[in-house]
Formats: sequence, structure tokens, C-alpha cells
Amino acid sequence: MKTNNKKNSLLTIFILIGVFVLVFVLEQILPANAMLFTVLQKGVIYALVAVSMNLLNGFTGLFSLGQAGFMLIGAYCYGIFTIPVLERASVYQYFDGGIIKFALPVPIALILAGLAAAVFAALIGIPVLRLKSDYLAIATLGFAEIIRAIFQWDKLGPVTNGSNLLRKFPSFNDFNITDANGAVIIRMSTLVPFIIVGICVLIIVLLINSSYGRAFKAIRDDEVAAEAMGINLFKHKEMSFVISSFFAGVGGALLAMYQMTIQASAFKSNMTYEILLVVVIGGIGSVTGSCIGSFLFIACSEWWLRGLDSGTFLGINAPVIFRSGFRKVVFAVIIMAIVLFYRKGLMGENEFSAYGIRNFFLRIFNKKKGEAKK
Amino acid sequence: MDLISKYLPYILAGISVGGQYALIAIGYTMVYGILRLINFAHGDIFMAAGLIMIYLAATMPLAIALPFVIIITVFIGFAVERVAYKPLRTAPRMSVMISAIGVSYLIQNLALYVTGGLAKTYPSIPWISDTIKIFGSTTKRVTVITPILTVVLIAALVLLIKTTKIGMAMRAVSKDFDTSQLMGIKINTVISVTFIIGTFLAAVGSLLYFSNYTAIVPTSGAMPGLKAFVAAVFGGIGSIPGAVIGAFIIGICENIIKSGGSSWTTFSDAFTFVLLIVILFVKPTGLFGEKATDKV
Amino acid sequence: MKKLVSVILVSCLAISLFAGCGDKSSGGASSGKTVKIGIFEPASGDNGAGGKQETLGIQYANSVQPTVEIGGETYNVELVAADNESSTDKAASAAQTLVSAGVSVVLGSYGSGVSIAGSDVFKDAGIPVIGVTCTNPQVTEGNTHYFRICFLDPFQGTVLANFASEQFSAKKAYCLAKLGDDYSVGLVNYFVEAFKALGGEVVQETFPEGNSDFNSYITNAKNADADVFFAPVSTEAAALIIEQSAAQGVNIPLLAGDTWDSNVITEAAKGKDVSVYVTTFYQEGGNPEFDSGIKDWINADKTNLANNNGNDMIAAVSAMGYDAYFVALEALKAAGTTDSKAINDALWNVDYTGVSGKITFNETGDANRDVAYVKQVDTATGEWTFIAQQGVK
Repeated sequence: MKTNNKKNSLLTIFILIGVFVLVFVLEQILPANAMLFTVLQKGVIYALVAVSMNLLNGFTGLFSLGQAGFMLIGAYCYGIFTIPVLERASVYQYFDGGIIKFALPVPIALILAGLAAAVFAALIGIPVLRLKSDYLAIATLGFAEIIRAIFQWDKLGPVTNGSNLLRKFPSFNDFNITDANGAVIIRMSTLVPFIIVGICVLIIVLLINSSYGRAFKAIRDDEVAAEAMGINLFKHKEMSFVISSFFAGVGGALLAMYQMTIQASAFKSNMTYEILLVVVIGGIGSVTGSCIGSFLFIACSEWWLRGLDSGTFLGINAPVIFRSGFRKVVFAVIIMAIVLFYRKGLMGENEFSAYGIRNFFLRIFNKKKGEAKK
Repeated sequence: MDLISKYLPYILAGISVGGQYALIAIGYTMVYGILRLINFAHGDIFMAAGLIMIYLAATMPLAIALPFVIIITVFIGFAVERVAYKPLRTAPRMSVMISAIGVSYLIQNLALYVTGGLAKTYPSIPWISDTIKIFGSTTKRVTVITPILTVVLIAALVLLIKTTKIGMAMRAVSKDFDTSQLMGIKINTVISVTFIIGTFLAAVGSLLYFSNYTAIVPTSGAMPGLKAFVAAVFGGIGSIPGAVIGAFIIGICENIIKSGGSSWTTFSDAFTFVLLIVILFVKPTGLFGEKATDKV
Repeated sequence: MKKLVSVILVSCLAISLFAGCGDKSSGGASSGKTVKIGIFEPASGDNGAGGKQETLGIQYANSVQPTVEIGGETYNVELVAADNESSTDKAASAAQTLVSAGVSVVLGSYGSGVSIAGSDVFKDAGIPVIGVTCTNPQVTEGNTHYFRICFLDPFQGTVLANFASEQFSAKKAYCLAKLGDDYSVGLVNYFVEAFKALGGEVVQETFPEGNSDFNSYITNAKNADADVFFAPVSTEAAALIIEQSAAQGVNIPLLAGDTWDSNVITEAAKGKDVSVYVTTFYQEGGNPEFDSGIKDWINADKTNLANNNGNDMIAAVSAMGYDAYFVALEALKAAGTTDSKAINDALWNVDYTGVSGKITFNETGDANRDVAYVKQVDTATGEWTFIAQQGVK
């Protein structure tokens, strides 16, 4: 068993590295503006946020709907601290260039974004986590709305730029390695987010597999029994909440980099719902499910189903039916079907592992052989 | 007198909005009382009622359209329960809540598709959309009708719950889901009736609300829905008078905040949630809520 | 069974990811004799109505002139539309859709916020954009790929402030903007600057997104004894403001910018006791040939009619969209190629006289415009009446 586990994690690492190499190679060969990269970039961001939400909802059993709020904090924190000093006057044009007169390097700002979200979460968590399921959901949703209002407040304008856009901060394209003239030599704009998210998800997975993770799962399955076993409920809930928010914050910062602009009004409760649906599609309680779910979700909504909006889909031309908004209707119907009939989502609580695939195919193969013999 | 004419419009707007929230809040509170489910789709059904009115009023006279709107809306509420919630009756509560969010997503997107993303204008209903004067401030008649109609409807509802057989069944189910089943109560009928009553009141609420605020977009129902839910929590979820009082408090407070000057109007929506969080900490079961105990 | 389904789904994902990118790379390179023009406009959300009217103008222009002569060859012009949903967080993806569809030049967007949000995507792809009615200065500021054919908010705000103080001898103005909307917040800001310079006093407020109860704001304006009510917000909110101020019997003149030049407004104000004034780009009747042409075109198609809010009144944004299309064609002709970079260079020297007047670009890529039309709603007929041509002194 032990050796199996070791082999398994080794294989997983190889697969991860394989994915990185594949992304890297793809980026060098394909034209930079291929839709594939948009999907990969946004998908990987959603994967991180979905995994962080899954940590709360799927592994600790806390139904929180505050993810958009923590993403907002992360995004703003990143934006505020990385806008180049020279650009500040034009971004903060209504607030005399803002009060922050320095810019931090991207990696530090990313970590800071996570920390800011985590600190907020720690403060909110103290009262909120004492609430029970539905009340917890609605209280976290409420906090997300309050955070959104605070960031739009005019009085905080010198820091947050009020309700106006933050922009001009470094985006994914700034990861590209360029020569002196600004021409791109090596493209890294998709690889770097993949690596960042890869590291974050790895940390979450390690956490889930640790004794803390087992405590989380115990709380999810039966709070009273978990408490009886000597698990400090509040401590573990708070921990899960803070860690989840940290990664949501990092995810928010990455989303800001992807969108190139930030505006508080975009982080509505609908964003949380979207992420929740990703988690459901992938399977509540499955990290790999969340990752696959988010790529599927983004690819469908941004790319494959776009034809439903613009008249022609799969070669069928019917502008009367395929008009603006049809994509989302089809999408919502698919989601409802998953919620009702495939309640476990793609992966259920299972993980996607190299060994699992091998076993799966072996099983099918054996079954076929068995049938053939009969 | 000067003070009255200055602040009366805010109070009037507050009472009127409060009444409309109250009608929506009852749908939340009754469903939660029985199913322990936050019906996230309720606010969207409220919006859908408005859209149905617009499309019906364009093809038939108002007098015929009105009852049709209510019937169709009630049917939608009934259908949503049967299709999206009933199959999940034995599933964990989180699944049902996710299903509710899914329904809300579906209704909003359907509305987006049908309207083509454009705001639709609500038809003006004669008499209730007319303008009148009270104490020197002008307003629509619907502002005055709303609180009266709300109180009348709610009195009727309380009577229904207290005196009729189905009302008794509802009370029994909300006390103990499993035992009432054993006592021979047809759970599914009771739940359907609950949804029918809830959506009926939401449809009436939508008539009043959109007569006042005449533009409908697919997300029009989301905010009023959330606020009504907060009102239900504030008053103690499961309690009908609580929901009504909560709704009026939220409606009035929100309008008073808007009168408070430029830097506060930003928070008119957020205030509702501050209120929610305060009540959850001070008295988690709300003003009139019953104390719940956890069973192992 | 379920496992099988999930594995199939996953492999579908993997396969189609690669199949998809194969398509794109081959499709983008060999465009034949077609040149693609992107339409970056909202078709839903707050600005959906305006975005659709602007798109109508572009589509009409395309129906009038579906081909263009580039470097001695005749190219068909293909319009590619992407809906940015009036939302800054959807703008980047929508812009990326256009970029990967291989457009040579982009038109849009209605609404400055989304234009700013999408700008960098086009910049990185090296594709020039011609802003049609995005009036916020930040759209073109500090970049070389964004152009625009309309006037700017500092100009428009000043015009409106002048108009308010001249027409109504206004001493106090009540200004309402939508939180998080760059267009309204910006325009209010410039109006306030100009109005204060004229010695006026202002009360400024904002309302949150999704708000439909404007009664309190209207009461605030009344209680502040404002002489004018300046609310350059989206048409959706505008209809509610008109409706509710009529219901409250508050007849403070309502002033707004170009967004309100729409039949949504005339419809809302028709038969009510309100006075509504807007500044805009084009006055119906300015070019009778264009007017009758686009009216026939709109009336001929039910979808177009619905997109124009059910009647054939010409929105100024449609006229602007029409002009933007021809500016793009001019640039294509001058560049002599469909290469985006050459088009970008050619745009600086475009000199075109369209239905909304003469269009040339200055060093920031903005059109040189010095006049705006002021119109008022005739509440009896529900039509616009021309008030004045106003410039800045």
C-alpha cells in the first residue's frame, strides 16, 4: 500500500510536469491570440478558486457563499499595490493620484493579496462560523455584499479609486520574456499562472491529506461526533475558512491579471454562484473534479457554446433560435441536469489519479475479456 | 409641516417598498419553515411574474391579463418545486440549496434570452398607477395601497393557517417533518400548497412593486429577493408576522439611509446585510423565531 | 457507468481542446478575400439597448457598402460580433473572442467602462479599435491603438454646465451617477468642475447597481432646491428616474449626456409632466438620405425593429456606428492591406465626412469635434425637438 501511494504521488508529479511542459510548448507553437489560451488562463484561475471553495464546502462541510468577496479583496490588494507609480496619476484621476506612492513586485503583491483576504476571513470567521448551515451561507453572502459596498465607497477613493476601474497593473502578458525592443522571445503568459495555481493546489491537497484534513472531514461528516473525538470545532473551522480565503484572494489577484482591470461591481454574488456550480459539476469533495469542472465550464461558456449566441452552431444556421443569451440558457439547463441527475458531479468524491486510470482501464479490459469468454 | 413634507416622501417610499418586500418574504419564510430550504429562486419567480405581465398585457386587456399572470406564476412556483426540489427530498440540504441556485440561474438566463437583454417597461395599471397627493407630497396610489393590501392578505393567510385543515397540516409539518408524515399528512400536497401560496403572494407583490418601479431586467428580482429573505431571517424565519415586521423595517431604514447624503447612499443595499449580521449574532433565531435544538 | 461517462467527458475535453486550436490556427491565416471587422458591443446588461442601436448603425452601413477595395482587390466585409454584456469582467473574454476570430479592426464599445476594460487585449494583439460613442477620456489616453469618433466627456460636461446656467440660470445642480460606472461618474465629475467654475453649487450622489427605487434621490434633489437634475446614467435607470419624478410631481429639468438620446427615453417621457434635455452627436434630419435609408432598413426586418426598441426613430449612436464603419473602411483602403498594424498607422490620417460631420483624429486619437446638439423631449408627441447647437466658449 505504502509503495503504491509513493508510486502514485510520483506519477502525479510527472503528470503535473507533463502538463506544464505541454502548456509551455503549446504557447510557443500556437498563435498567441488563440482562444485556447484564454480558456486555459481563465480556467486555471477558476480551478484555484473552485478548489479553495471545495476545501470549505466539500471537505469541511461549511456552506459558505462569500468567495466573491474574498476574491475582491485579493484583486484590489493586488491592483492597489502593483500599479506603476508613473501610471497612478492617470488611474486615480479623480483622487489626485491616490495616497499610495509605491509599487510592489508581483510575487509579493500576490502573497499580500492572499494574506489580506485571509485576515478579513479571520475577522469575519470569529462570529460567522458559530452559525449553522443555511445561516452561515446567508451571512457569508451578506459579508461579501458589505465588502463590495465598502470598496466602492467614495471616502476610500484615494486607496481603492472609489467605484472606478483600477488598471495598468502588470498582467499575464508581462510574464513573457521580451528582448530590448519589446518583442516576445519566450511566451510565459499561460505557463506562469499554471505554475502558481499548481503550487497553490498542491498545498491544499497536502493540507487535505494531513491530520488537519482528516479533522475537516470528520467535522463535515458529523460535527457532534467530531467534537466528541476531541476535535476543536471552532479552531478547525476557522482554519479551513482562513486558508480557503487565502487562496480565493490569490485567485482574485490572478483574475485581476487576466482581466487587466478591476472593478468592485463585477464581484457580485453571481460570481460565487458560478464557482459553486463549477464545484458541483466537478463533484463536491474532489479536488481534481473541481479542476476539470472549471476548465469545462470556462471552455463551454467562453468558447464552444459561443456559436449559440451568434446564429450558427455546429453548422446549423438558425438565427431566430440562436440569438443572444441562448448560450446561457443551454448552459443553465445542463447545470440543472447535473444537479438533479448526476448529483455527485463528474468525479463524486474520487480523485483523478494515474493509478486510478490504469485500474479503470484494466477493469474494463478484464470485463470485456470475461464477456468474450462467455 | 415643513418637516413632514420633507421627510414624508422617504417614509412613504419606505412603507411601500416594505410592504412589497413583506409579500415576497412570506414565500421565503413559509418554505423555510417547512423544507428548511432557502428558496433562492423565489426572487426570480417574482421577476418572472413581472415579465409575464408585460408580455400578456401586450396581447390582451389588462382585466384578463391580471388573473392569468397570477395563475401562470403560481404554476411556475408549483412546477419548480416538483421538478427541482422534490427529487432531492432525501438529499443533503446543501444539494437542495444548490438546486435552488441553479433554478435561479436558469430563470435569469431564460429571462435574458426572452427579453434579448433589453429592459422591458411595465404597463401602467389604471387607478393604482395614478398619482395622488398626501400631505403635500405627490406619489402614486400604489404606495398607499401596498401596506393596506399587504396587511389584508397577511391577515387572511394567518387565518388560513390557524383555522383550516391544510393550515393545521402545514403547522404540523413545520414542527416535525417525519412524524407528521407518520400521522397521515400528505407531505407533498402540503409542500405544494406552501409553494402555491408563496408564489401567489410574490405575484401580487410583483404587481405592486413593478407598478412603482417600471423597468424590468433579468436581475430585477435578485436584490428584492435577497432583501426579503433578510427580512424573513430578521423577523425569525418561519414566523409570518416576523417576516412582515422585518420587511417594513428594512424598507423604511433603507430609504432613510438614502436621505442621509452622498457618502451614505453607497450603503443602502449593504445596510440590509449589516442588519442581517447584527441580528444573527444578537438573536440568531430572529425577533420571533423559535429556539431550535440540535439533535444527535 | 457514471465513471465511464466522466472519463468520456474528460477525453472529449482533451480532444476538442486540441481539435479546436487546430481549427483556429488554420482558419485565421487563410482569410481569402474577406476582411473581418469586429463589433465589440454590449447586447445585454445595463447598456444592452444602446449597444444594440449602435450595432444597428454598423450593420446598416455594412448592408449599404458590403465590400471594400484594398490594394486593388475587392474584399467582402464580414462583421464579427462579441457581446461584452456591459460588464467589465466579461469585456476581456469578449475582446479575446474577437482577436482570435482574426478581425483586422474593431468598432466599439458603447459604454466607456467596457471599452477601457477591453482595451489592453486589443493592444496586446496589435489591433486598432475605433470607439464609437465611448466618451470618457481614459479610453484613448496613453495608448496608440484606440481611436474614437465622438466628442469627449470634459467637452460634453462643460457644454451641459454652460447650457444649465444659460438656459435655466441654474445656481444649484443635483448630480446622480451610478456606482462603478466610469461613464456616469466621469461625466458628472466634469460637469461639476465646469459648473462650479461658473459659480454654481452642486449636490452629488451615487446609486448602487440594481437599484430601481429612485424616489429618495428625487426627493433629495427636491429638498436641496436644485435647479437642474443631472443624471447621465444608463437608459434603464433613466426611464425609472423620469417615471418616478413625474409620479412625485417634481418638475426639475432633467439633464443628461449622449446615453439618453434614445427612444427608451422619449417613450418614458411621453405624456408626462417632465422636461428632459440631452446633448448628443446627431440630430435626426441632419442627413435626410441616411435617415430614410436606415428607417427603411430597420422597418424591413422584425429583429432590427425589436433591437431598435420597437420603432424607427434614429438614435444618434446608430448614426455614429454608421460613420465608424466607414471610417474603418477608409483606413482599410488607405492601408492597402488587412494587416492590423498598417490599418492602425493609416487611421491617424483618415479624413472622412460622415453623417455626423467631419472626422479627423488628433494626437491622442480623438476626433476633433467642437459642437454638440442639445435636444429636448416633446412630451406631447414623444419626439425629440432640436434646441441648440452648443460649443465651448
